[in-house]
Amino acid sequence: MGAPAMPRGRTPTDRAIGWLQVQLPKLVLSPSLVIVLLFVYGFILWTIVLSFSRSRILPVYTFAGFDAYERLWSLPNWSVALQNLAIFGVLYIGLCTLIGLALAILLDQRIRIEGVLRPIYLYPMALSFVVTGTAWKWFLNPGLGFEKVVRAWGWSDFTFDWLVNPDMAIYTIVIAAIWQSSGFVMAMFLAGLRGIDNELIRAAQIDGASPFKLYWRIIIPQLRPAFLSAVIILAHMAVKSYDLVIALTGGGPGNATELPATFMYSYTFTRNQMAVGAASAVIMLMTIAAIIVPYLYAELRGDDRGR
Amino acid sequence: MAASTRTPADGPARFWRAVIYVTLIVFAAMYLLPLFVMVVTSFKSLDEVREGNMLSLPVRFTVESWRAAWGTACVGVTCEGIAGYFWNSIKMVVPAVAISTLMGAFNGYVLTKWRFPGHRWIFALMLFGCFIPFQVVLVPMAQVLGTLGIASSTAGLVLVHVAYGLGFTTLFFRNYYEAFPSELTRAAMIDGAGFFQIFWRILLPSSGPIIVVTVIFQFTNIWNDFLFGASFAAGGSAPMTVALNNLVNSSTGVKEYNVHMAAAMIAALPTLLVYIIAGRFFVRGLMAGAVKG
Amino acid sequence: MRKMVLTMAGALLTILTTAGGLRAAPEVEVLHWWTSGGEAAALNILKKDLEGKGVTWKDMPVAGGGGTQAMTVLRARVSSGNPPVAVQMLGFDILDWAEQGAVGDLNELAAAGGWDMVIPAALQKFSRYDAKWIAAPVNVHSTNWIWGNKAVFDKVGISQPATWDELIASLDKIRAAGIIPLAHGGQPWQDATLFDSVVLTTGGGDFYKKALIELDAGALGSDTMKSVFDRMAKLRSYVDPNFPGRDWNLASAMVIKGEAGMQIMGDWAKGEFVAAGKKPGTDVVCFRFPGTQGNVTFNTDQFVMFKVGADRRPAQLELAKAIMSPAFQASFSMIKGSVPARNDVPDTGFDDCGKKAMKDLKEAAASDRLMGSLAHRHAAAASVMNAIYDVVTNHFNGGIKSSDDAVKRLVAAVRAAR
Repeated sequence: MGAPAMPRGRTPTDRAIGWLQVQLPKLVLSPSLVIVLLFVYGFILWTIVLSFSRSRILPVYTFAGFDAYERLWSLPNWSVALQNLAIFGVLYIGLCTLIGLALAILLDQRIRIEGVLRPIYLYPMALSFVVTGTAWKWFLNPGLGFEKVVRAWGWSDFTFDWLVNPDMAIYTIVIAAIWQSSGFVMAMFLAGLRGIDNELIRAAQIDGASPFKLYWRIIIPQLRPAFLSAVIILAHMAVKSYDLVIALTGGGPGNATELPATFMYSYTFTRNQMAVGAASAVIMLMTIAAIIVPYLYAELRGDDRGR
Repeated sequence: MAASTRTPADGPARFWRAVIYVTLIVFAAMYLLPLFVMVVTSFKSLDEVREGNMLSLPVRFTVESWRAAWGTACVGVTCEGIAGYFWNSIKMVVPAVAISTLMGAFNGYVLTKWRFPGHRWIFALMLFGCFIPFQVVLVPMAQVLGTLGIASSTAGLVLVHVAYGLGFTTLFFRNYYEAFPSELTRAAMIDGAGFFQIFWRILLPSSGPIIVVTVIFQFTNIWNDFLFGASFAAGGSAPMTVALNNLVNSSTGVKEYNVHMAAAMIAALPTLLVYIIAGRFFVRGLMAGAVKG
Repeated sequence: MRKMVLTMAGALLTILTTAGGLRAAPEVEVLHWWTSGGEAAALNILKKDLEGKGVTWKDMPVAGGGGTQAMTVLRARVSSGNPPVAVQMLGFDILDWAEQGAVGDLNELAAAGGWDMVIPAALQKFSRYDAKWIAAPVNVHSTNWIWGNKAVFDKVGISQPATWDELIASLDKIRAAGIIPLAHGGQPWQDATLFDSVVLTTGGGDFYKKALIELDAGALGSDTMKSVFDRMAKLRSYVDPNFPGRDWNLASAMVIKGEAGMQIMGDWAKGEFVAAGKKPGTDVVCFRFPGTQGNVTFNTDQFVMFKVGADRRPAQLELAKAIMSPAFQASFSMIKGSVPARNDVPDTGFDDCGKKAMKDLKEAAASDRLMGSLAHRHAAAASVMNAIYDVVTNHFNGGIKSSDDAVKRLVAAVRAAR
């Protein structure tokens, strides 16, 4: 622990100042901690309390036992939402990471137009989905968009009706979400690649490693920290993907693209069943914790190297 | 630098480079397609939008929708476009980004250079805050802000965005300072430098890149936020996302898609500019260790 | 010297604060989601009227989801202790909020204005809670309409069908001519709008009341309901395959362009036709869903007056009075395509469809056949309505295969949502 040189004072004020100096780091950290404890964990606690209450349109603090949870589990929407989250989460995080990594590796090959390509890959994140959703809706709609265009070009048997197909609609959400975020992931990996020690690479090349082996054995493992940041950023976006779903499919066709974020919003605000919404939030947070906490533990464990 | 050190003259190497270029350009085209649709639509008249093909170039090029989006479109009773709301957004975003970045920087500093027992737990605690869905906290936040008396004000919005941005800013700075050699800070401590001195003199000067990274991330998220903006700043002092939403999502009126597209692009301009200009720093910033553990 | 400065400072301060107080005109903060050009024009009438009386209009528009986002923002405002003065609200939401004790009392104004006499009882159900007037109704939209392209009708040789069988025959004829029979937008509320009318035509007004308003489990699980789902499936066969997710106005556009024959939609669709230059009566025909003439399923826009401090009350009452003025109601409805909430407004200036709507409304109100639309929050509370949405839209989209299943799910869903 680094402590500043203690002033050799004997008076109480000197000692107080000395104590303050030692505690200063913690004092500086404490506002953030207080804010997080109140606004994150305090509210999580409140949500848990609410999930055991009889709240409908506004919070009401009468105990209702497990009523909200029972209702939750009896709702077919909820199982659809959870299934969709699993499909969406895995595909989104997996493919975004893959595509981001691939693009980063390709861009790293001394491409002349890199300065132009990078902003192009990054910009989708800047656009609010309120309107890009409409563009995507047109694009994916068989009658208006991609299918119609390809057919007009001659391939008259081409079908791309995923958007209106209850079984495939969730994959259109995956596509739009990947479009939005993979550029950011690419940027993270690109930077990670650029930070790798050249000595390592040169040594491997001298040893005669093929490009493939070079990447697979040496470079990609060095990117583990980048993977951590990418997963956290992507996971948070997957969980909060409300705007995207509403703009693209509205949760439809039917309820085929319901996700926990839309479910929560719908039950808390639209259907005036706040307790059920709170219960769904609690379940979702528990699920996230179950996945992220072990991951964090594994990643942060070896960090006390005190470089 | 890049990992490939082949000479471009080799036949097969040339082929692979061509493949790489083609792949990158194809991807770029795919990324640009929705933007192309939006741009092209915004320059058409409404009849053309209704009749035509969404990918076709405008037969009659018109900037009417841009003018309308900026100055005459209806956002409720007032029909003055979204121009006036920009300032509201900036008033709110700039302090929020500045405060959350500064606090994140200090947090990262403390968690890496002034370690104490339990620092990993604290970091993990703060990180988990990244995942909290905003719908869940809307009502309790409203109650808290109401008690504090800042519910319908810029200050309230700034507080909300700072609270939920702290997880991310701490993540970025903590990873960055983790990679920063501790020998330098330790030497300074032995020399008698104080807590703040070390920060201002040693860490901050070389934090340029990570500051830009954090600012870009926070700016994008806060600028594009709708839920908090609508709930905690209403009517004339609402941020631009609320105005854009009102423009686009009118339920029972005629939908002027061309105006919507123009408005969306106007609304996204500040963020796009930040990305493009700072894009170079963005990569360099992360390169300097933000993503290293 | 110091004393003088202090006195001057004190005087300045007093002047500034009182001047500020004097300058502050009474203002009403109104939360609504009427943000399109036409709707804004309609609201501006109200705004100018109030300004003439010295009341400032502080606009608080929050569009999205047909009021969903606005209701979310309302919760935040009420939770923070600062509710807006007036809020546009639909049907059962009004009663839900009234139950929370958050709304004000308009009884005096209502008595003075004789509101009891001019507002149909079916609408009053939502304007009053616990014998108190709490909201001022603006207009009435009805939802059991069909809008047809006259040119298509003439070409195919059909006139307005009056029964279910005639409707099916007409749809078949349109399909035979190579035109999409029914233009439909696949969103839960649109599917439910169809459901409203099919229930009404299959079981009649009494069945509608029993099943969708009283939520009687027997009616919900009956064979009549089974035929309703059979008929919904039949209607499904007349829509084009790209309907899921389509916005309602794009479906109207299909009818306008002649790509489709008819659309089942509420009378706000009229605005879309008029904006495209189609004249009601000559280019576009409006008729009640076959078998439902004499019944009107409605939804009404009301401004709920929230409980505010005494300083904002006078302005709030002015607003309520202005909303209830016949002149405002007439001009507003003419722009919005609806019918005034007051039944004493003459129909001069309304187009053919508007006149028909007013006539139907009077008849239905007189014979107790003016019923809240389920699809639009006026038959059952939000939780129940959405639960029914789930079943109807799932069935329409093929997620529930048989009508028996659909009926079972309907009964279970309604039970779980209460």
